[in-house]
Amino acid sequence: MVRPATRAGRIERRIARAERGPADAVDAGPSRRGRRSTPYLLVGPGVAWLVLLFVVPLGSLLVTSLKTGSFAEGFETAVRLRNYSDALSESWEAIKRSFVFALVATLAAAAIGYPLAYVIAFRGGRYKGLLLGLVVLPFFTSFLMRTLAWKTILSDSGTLNTTVDRLHLFGALEFLRLVPEGSDRLLQTNIAVIGGLTYNFLPFMVLPIYVSLEKIDRRLVEAARDLYSNAFRAFRKVVLPLSIPGVMAGSLLTFIPAAGDFVNAELLGGPQQTMVGNRIQSRFFEQVDYPAAASLSFVLMALILIGVLLYARLLGTEELTG
Amino acid sequence: MTVLRRLAPRLLDAWAGVALLYLFTPIFVIVAFSFNDTGRFNLIWQGFSLDAWKQWTDSEPLTDALTLSIKVAAVSTLAATVLGSLIALALVRHRFTGSGVTNLLLVLPLTTPEVVLGSSLLSLFIDLGVSRGFWTIVVAHTLFCVSYVAVTVKARIRGFDWTLEDAAMDLGAAPLRTFRLVTFPLILPGIVAAALLSFALSIDDFIITFFNSGNEQTFPLYIYAQQRRGLGPEVNVVATLVLVVSFGLSIASVVVQRLRARPA
Repeated sequence: MVRPATRAGRIERRIARAERGPADAVDAGPSRRGRRSTPYLLVGPGVAWLVLLFVVPLGSLLVTSLKTGSFAEGFETAVRLRNYSDALSESWEAIKRSFVFALVATLAAAAIGYPLAYVIAFRGGRYKGLLLGLVVLPFFTSFLMRTLAWKTILSDSGTLNTTVDRLHLFGALEFLRLVPEGSDRLLQTNIAVIGGLTYNFLPFMVLPIYVSLEKIDRRLVEAARDLYSNAFRAFRKVVLPLSIPGVMAGSLLTFIPAAGDFVNAELLGGPQQTMVGNRIQSRFFEQVDYPAAASLSFVLMALILIGVLLYARLLGTEELTG
Repeated sequence: MTVLRRLAPRLLDAWAGVALLYLFTPIFVIVAFSFNDTGRFNLIWQGFSLDAWKQWTDSEPLTDALTLSIKVAAVSTLAATVLGSLIALALVRHRFTGSGVTNLLLVLPLTTPEVVLGSSLLSLFIDLGVSRGFWTIVVAHTLFCVSYVAVTVKARIRGFDWTLEDAAMDLGAAPLRTFRLVTFPLILPGIVAAALLSFALSIDDFIITFFNSGNEQTFPLYIYAQQRRGLGPEVNVVATLVLVVSFGLSIASVVVQRLRARPA
């Protein structure tokens, strides 16, 4: 699987390079006219902004996560590592659930999104732009309204719920642990939350896959069809490997927000669907236990970072940072 | 096998159709329920009515929230577009030490969950004793929009023919004039696209805003606060309007770009 991928990739890149010609070579070189300080003047304000409001807050979060005390008595700076072990033991179920939900949602988004991106890129023809617009259009309305619309669609007296019930599909959902035992409703179950996550982050999966499929040289696909004499094998040997960067980027863009989300769990789920985002939110605003909330945030970020690094190690980082 | 081969493309098309239907079902619900003849609990279809469309501006908290959202989105889009475009320009046009770190710094906020971004900013604001309100929301939105703008502009202007700049300067144009007459028109479509994206992201952001809003209520926060008590159809009217306006804007930007691309 790996060797044809790199071979096809290499050919692809060579064709692209030959086509781009010398203009791009100039682009890659350093600016001939600009002074040396120019890039720093351009980058300076934005980088200062990001350091001040991304790096510094993370430092503040780290300091908060190690504090002692309570809201009533005041928090004091300390190095209380117990905040972390407490956060892990108290919210372990929620953390685990977040990662499982996000993983299932990512797989579902890929299963729905890949064929959709493929059809648009390879079979869209004149309607490519229109179809792409249709994929993005639903996301012009509010995220919360979309999620609440799902609440209406999944409601107990709704058509979907009664149809699932009439077709006796609840048994199958129960077997897949998507609804609890003996459930006859879709709302406040795993499948409602996972479905909501899949829906809300689907375009983040479709768009990168579409971009990577669109970049593939059509002559390469034709050559592969001639070579392998079978559309499926041509797809498996050439198109799929070349679209892996898009699938990777899409998976990260779906998984990360899904793992940290608390809106879907709150609006579509019940007490059995609490995710780590819900915990962080309630620790901050309901219990007003800042250190607990901060350490939980840090645990979430660390786990995601480890996951991303492992994933990148597994599949290569080349295309990850664009 | 041959039957399958002939069927496979049809199956793919059908699957894509089902996927599009999945994407649109909630949108149909949102739009349809803006015509529902109901009071505060807009959950079950009662009958067709235009009342909500006639009276949607009556609810002051709703229009206030919408106004706030638009203000926040305008200010943070402006700030993020300037900061982000400058970074993108530097990264594409110049090779410099620290460009790797800059790239990383741009991508990291995009790969950090929103709860972490939101809670870390809140933690900083608490540390500094800054009370949350309009400006903390703007600051928070600008933070994540800068990354989106820089990444979008970078992708759009990569591979341009920058020798045009050299040509302008060879013809005697000063650097600033070159920028105004050559560079800026060249990168403008990318910047406009990034600004539109940033506006859309800001106006719809919930999680980061939730952490840093204090007592202010943006449109998404209004929906969140109201949904427990029951959301009336007027909220669906606003959601539908937002959909129509942003769709119109994106169509307009595509049309403008097509017209400009066509030789006069």
